[in-house]
Amino acid sequence: MSCIEQKKYKILLEKTTFKESREYIEKNSDEVYYVHPGYKIFNDYYVIGIPPIALGAKGTALFFTYTKPCHGTFVLTIDDEQSKKEIDRLKEMETDKVRASLKKGKSPESAKASQTSYEDVWKK
Amino acid sequence: MTGAKVLLMMGCPEIPIQTSIALYLSHKLTNLGFDVTVAGTDAVIKLLKVSDSDSYYVKKMVDLDKTLEDIIEKRTDFDICFAFMHNDAGMTYAATISGISQAKLYSVIFGRNAETLSEAIEFDTEKIVAKDVHNPIRLKSKVDKVVERIAK
Repeated sequence: MSCIEQKKYKILLEKTTFKESREYIEKNSDEVYYVHPGYKIFNDYYVIGIPPIALGAKGTALFFTYTKPCHGTFVLTIDDEQSKKEIDRLKEMETDKVRASLKKGKSPESAKASQTSYEDVWKK
Repeated sequence: MTGAKVLLMMGCPEIPIQTSIALYLSHKLTNLGFDVTVAGTDAVIKLLKVSDSDSYYVKKMVDLDKTLEDIIEKRTDFDICFAFMHNDAGMTYAATISGISQAKLYSVIFGRNAETLSEAIEFDTEKIVAKDVHNPIRLKSKVDKVVERIAK
């Protein structure tokens, strides 16, 4: 899982709680997608955490959480060709695997996953 | 439940009673016939290996993140998991196990913030809580009661 450390990332938030990290992603992303623990991004990084796990898209940058047992949770971002592909993949995923919460008046057509509320995602 | 696969998932090892209870619980469950694996970070594994240099108390030690990856990819799973935690990151790992594994989950919560941490847990788990840092006796007593029950 620590393969992510070899990638070119920026730290947006560090050594905080998972809840605060989720809130940061929700507040600072244009689009937010909620995934289950174990969702794989960048070929070899499994996102872990307390559901709902938020992944954020801002332009071509992907915002995601990274948790270390002794250092807490970080919000990292990667903005490259691969992050663009990951955002496209999130948009195209089946709705039972990925849920999108569109923000800031974005049109629903910008994401194929259904629009839903934060709470609704985990009721099922 | 004898023969069942048990995972002891360690958190950050900075609270002293974690290593003590891990060694104790691993040995106790192994003696009862459980197949016990301890998963932890490099620091956790080193602490256990130095404390138990002949692998008398812990037979199997594995990397924590690799174990999660194996469970996610369905290469392995466990029947029971004891998730040790004293901070938010430990709870995050336990929540992950709750979401990816079939294991019956016990959250072993300790340290000065044990009660607050316990109240923050929203996933399905049985909590074993002791607000202790250095003295493992109270946590040991609570763990014993759970082990007694699952060994039946």
